Amino acid sequence: MYNKYYLTHLQELESEAIYVIREVVAQFDRPAILFSGGKDSIVVTHLARKAFYPAKIPMPLIHIDTGHNFAETIEFRDRLVAELGIQLIVGSVQEAINKGRAVEEEGINASRNELQIVALLDAIEEHKIDAAMGGARRDEEKARAKERFFSHRDEFGQWDPKNQRPELWNIFNGRKRMGEHFRVFPISNWTEMDVWNYILQENIPIPSLYFAHHREAVYRDGSWLPNSEFLMLRDGEKIEYKHMRFRTLGDITITGGIESDADTLEKIVMEVSATRSTERGHRSDDKRSDTSMEDRKKQGYF
Amino acid sequence: MELLRFTTAGSVDDGKSTLIGRLLYDSKSIFEDQMEAVKQSSERKGLQHVDLSLLTDGLRSEREQGITIDVAYRYFATPKRKFIIADTPGHIQYTRNMVTGASTSNLALVLIDARHGVIEQTRRHSFIASLLKIPHIIVCVNKMDLVEYSEDVFNKVVEQYHEFASKLDIMDIRYIPISALNGDNVVNHSEHMPWYRGASLLNTLETIHIGSDQNHLDARFPVQTVIRPHDVEYHDYRGYAGRVAGGIFRTGDNVTILPSGMTSAIKSIDSFDGPVAEAFPPMSVSICLEDDIDVSRGDMIVKNNNQPEVSQDLDVLMCWMSAKPPRPGAKYYLKSTSREVMAIIKEVIYKIDINTMQRLGQDSDIKMNDMARVKMRTTRPLIFDEYRRNRITGSLILIDETTNETVAAGTIHS
Repeated sequence: MYNKYYLTHLQELESEAIYVIREVVAQFDRPAILFSGGKDSIVVTHLARKAFYPAKIPMPLIHIDTGHNFAETIEFRDRLVAELGIQLIVGSVQEAINKGRAVEEEGINASRNELQIVALLDAIEEHKIDAAMGGARRDEEKARAKERFFSHRDEFGQWDPKNQRPELWNIFNGRKRMGEHFRVFPISNWTEMDVWNYILQENIPIPSLYFAHHREAVYRDGSWLPNSEFLMLRDGEKIEYKHMRFRTLGDITITGGIESDADTLEKIVMEVSATRSTERGHRSDDKRSDTSMEDRKKQGYF
Repeated sequence: MELLRFTTAGSVDDGKSTLIGRLLYDSKSIFEDQMEAVKQSSERKGLQHVDLSLLTDGLRSEREQGITIDVAYRYFATPKRKFIIADTPGHIQYTRNMVTGASTSNLALVLIDARHGVIEQTRRHSFIASLLKIPHIIVCVNKMDLVEYSEDVFNKVVEQYHEFASKLDIMDIRYIPISALNGDNVVNHSEHMPWYRGASLLNTLETIHIGSDQNHLDARFPVQTVIRPHDVEYHDYRGYAGRVAGGIFRTGDNVTILPSGMTSAIKSIDSFDGPVAEAFPPMSVSICLEDDIDVSRGDMIVKNNNQPEVSQDLDVLMCWMSAKPPRPGAKYYLKSTSREVMAIIKEVIYKIDINTMQRLGQDSDIKMNDMARVKMRTTRPLIFDEYRRNRITGSLILIDETTNETVAAGTIHS
């Protein structure tokens, strides 16, 4: 496999991510993987499996259930957890609303995106998670370009971008006080292209939603929003039947898709390499303002 | 395809943002919606041109102040290589950011305004690159369009830099005349400068030889964690997980475990994808030993005939990164590879003025962004190499035990 003494960029990124994941398990008592059902968290889970082979992944998956899911995401999650033989923790937004911990947004643009923060922080506190690993990448968004691998959160789960710990070489400082926790991002240095090439190289199973398929959708803000029981049509909007796929997976009410014929991994890689807009460009949560991601991250968003 | 990590530093006016914007744009790494957002923000601010720095300055406070505060990581790829840019601000108060960006880079991009030649900031950035042992430097003499693409001007800047750089410890320096604004010699060879026969910047970045940047001589394997499956099939399995920090490990190698000094041999080198014949940096693998001996996190597996230093006394070049100065006699957590010990700063030997590269012997008062040569003493032995031999086993950080902040970074000299 390794003929000469250098690694390809995907091998180097993989090795770096495995190193980070092993640091997490070595430095923290109760780490977990934040599992959204999207490709990035699937890749992190795959890397964690490689990092501890032949042992099982020594930490649970946490899934924040907005109650507005794609059915495929939940099926995929349950199958994966069964195959890995590890624990699944579900944090429920609906439960947070029922308990009065969170208040549902109202109006035509309402989403449960912001409410995930409450459910996530509750789950972290209840299960005493001290390091939550996620699949966020620095190339996704401006505020993430300055994120650390080991990102310190205070006792309120908040991020302070101006007061981040410097991170040098590959020495990670996971020291914290009681009640504080870390978010850790092992695939920080990967781009969307790297993730897809890696999924192809490793032949990692991903939800069918990423492949082109027929579904009902409505065109809004530059992308195709899937029809669901939660969709409220605006004036002039109409449901159409489209051959489409999703580039990211999140809450069904805010995840827009693109028209596409890419129904295999090879075709997706080709489509992504030819594409001219960012994947988060189809997420209405990022379009609220120039710094909307930074604002949500400060509060404790992944 | 290989991965090349490089660092840049610069101020608002020297064209750094324009150059990065151009590399990203010409390699199609800026997407239409990102470009559109930057255009709209520029228009809202009443600017005449598209301000490419808005692509990199993402934090609210940076946008408000129009400055880069923190290290930003940028990504682009060509069919030949993938690149990671650690983009750092160039002001003196951001020395700690430059050090951070330099710590993981194979290459530094130094930008010089052709009209001004070598200035304080050029020296500072280059000096930090040499202290952190970045193997390659590309000096881009920028704004050649403003000096009529003059070969004379370029040669004078090269001469000036060359003289200054002779005092530094840098192995590989290249010079390229460019105009980031017009794209001369950035991606394609410039028609305006037929006298320049070297490669364009992108072409240099794509082809510069980085295969020898890793240490392939001194076998070093810091143990991160121990893999024990606890199931029937792998009942007696005990794999030492880590990333190779130097040299090449093979099955059958006779090894010593430090700091205990116990010896064994490598039974197998494992990965999820199967056994590995040779493990070299920066591969993450698991090593199984022939003998059932006690090995844990913080230990290092090395070959019998080539061993690192094991000592409690360290000579360190330190960059202080905290607003609070070091407290006299205070103990700090010291982390180096996977090992953590307690340490005190015993003595400040001298401070370094990073603008003049002078040693300041009388001044032992350390403040944020200061570089100083210090003596440290640790509670338990550290396992290390000189930083110039190995950037992984020769580096360390200090953590304040009361605030848990990372307060200093250091390179070990003996």
